[in-house]
Amino acid sequence: MSWAGAFRGGMRRIGAALAVALVVLLLVHAALAQGLTFPPLTGPVVDEAGLLNPADKAALDASLRALEAKTGAQVVVATVRSLRGVTIEDYGYQLGRAWKIGQKDTSTGALLIVAPNEHTVRIEVGYGLEGTLTDAATRLIIETVILPRFRANDYPGGIKGGVAQIAQILTAEAQTGAIRPTGTPSLATPVGEVPVWPVILLGLGFVVVLIYCAIRGGALCQFLFQMLYMIAMSGGRGGGGGGSSGSGQSYSGRGGSFGGGGSSGRW
Amino acid sequence: MTVQAMKIPRLPGFMFFLPLLVFLLTGCGINDIPTYEEQAKAKWAEVLNQYQRRADLIPNLVETVKGFAKQESSVLQQVTEARAKATSVQVNASTITDPEAFKKFQEAQSQLSGALGRLLAITENYPDLKSNANFLALQSQLEGTENRISVARRDYIEAVRVYNTELRTFPGRIWAMILYSGNKAMEEFTIDDSAKRVPGVKF
Repeated sequence: MSWAGAFRGGMRRIGAALAVALVVLLLVHAALAQGLTFPPLTGPVVDEAGLLNPADKAALDASLRALEAKTGAQVVVATVRSLRGVTIEDYGYQLGRAWKIGQKDTSTGALLIVAPNEHTVRIEVGYGLEGTLTDAATRLIIETVILPRFRANDYPGGIKGGVAQIAQILTAEAQTGAIRPTGTPSLATPVGEVPVWPVILLGLGFVVVLIYCAIRGGALCQFLFQMLYMIAMSGGRGGGGGGSSGSGQSYSGRGGSFGGGGSSGRW
Repeated sequence: MTVQAMKIPRLPGFMFFLPLLVFLLTGCGINDIPTYEEQAKAKWAEVLNQYQRRADLIPNLVETVKGFAKQESSVLQQVTEARAKATSVQVNASTITDPEAFKKFQEAQSQLSGALGRLLAITENYPDLKSNANFLALQSQLEGTENRISVARRDYIEAVRVYNTELRTFPGRIWAMILYSGNKAMEEFTIDDSAKRVPGVKF
């Protein structure tokens, strides 16, 4: 084999190795970015653990939607089969962030999370409600309303009682004007991640062409500039957006965020 | 005349070129370092905010425990001293790029976490204290604050990771060399506070 042939073969092998490495890296990256997995947000009551019968679920669903319409606070009940090996405190705020519970600007959201297999319950409070649903208030609800019923295996009773208490506090606060009703909540727009490297390479290619054109000029370059100008003016950025939209879901997070407020209980 | 005829077609080229260059450079991440820096600083401010909140709760907690458990004066004193030490550590925005100052801050706070953990552990032995409404409220606030601290720390660590990575990898490294030579890598928390977390009370 000639030197050039060996070189080419080596390059091909290196290229293949690089491609494999890239694929592995992307997979690892995707796996890391996933982290915890969460059930999909199908409505204000996500009963993954199956603790509620259809009638209770429908009643809770209606009352939570009404609560949001009245106070602007988005409250979601989530029962989970497993906490995926983390504490309920770790799980709770990440679930709230993943679902984007609470209004976008005010983060007025809260979650009632029940993990029957881990025997823990938590009221996770979004940034905007930390002053209303204080740690002490949520602890009181958990200790006096939820836990006694959970200990008696009355899960629907505990959940309904807890939601009623939360709703009562939020309604009282909304009447004094501490939480402002937002009326019809805006639909959350999912922000698609723009892949960085293709954009950079494309950008670098453009810069090279542009520098060449700026120095050398020429009819072709003039045409190119005019095309680019037209594209820029028409606002066609390309590459962004896309992403998965709601696909007919009637319920979604409003863009709120969480910082670890609230409290937990065990039974 | 001929010179002008040659220059006229070039001028619009430059006029398109400049805004486009700015637009394309933005895509290349010329703004990334300052953007990530501000994000990390905001997360740091949140960490400080939550630690301050914890420090503010402590005097009240110490007073309440004192009313029920005078004989635990050594533990109470440890908490008070650790709090005084933690609040005396000077912190500001530059602490995060100063390894020495950051280490001092982190150690003082983790000592306070340890002292608080011991204090809450001994409260288990005092049934009257445990059923005191004031204490229960304080305890839930303290637990909530510890939880917020751990969330704020994690958010900060993530923001610093993004910022430091941008500073050390291409193309951020090039921008750092050209434009942001004053930017230094930020410090991350090394001691895991969760190990010293306030033990939850079982009912």
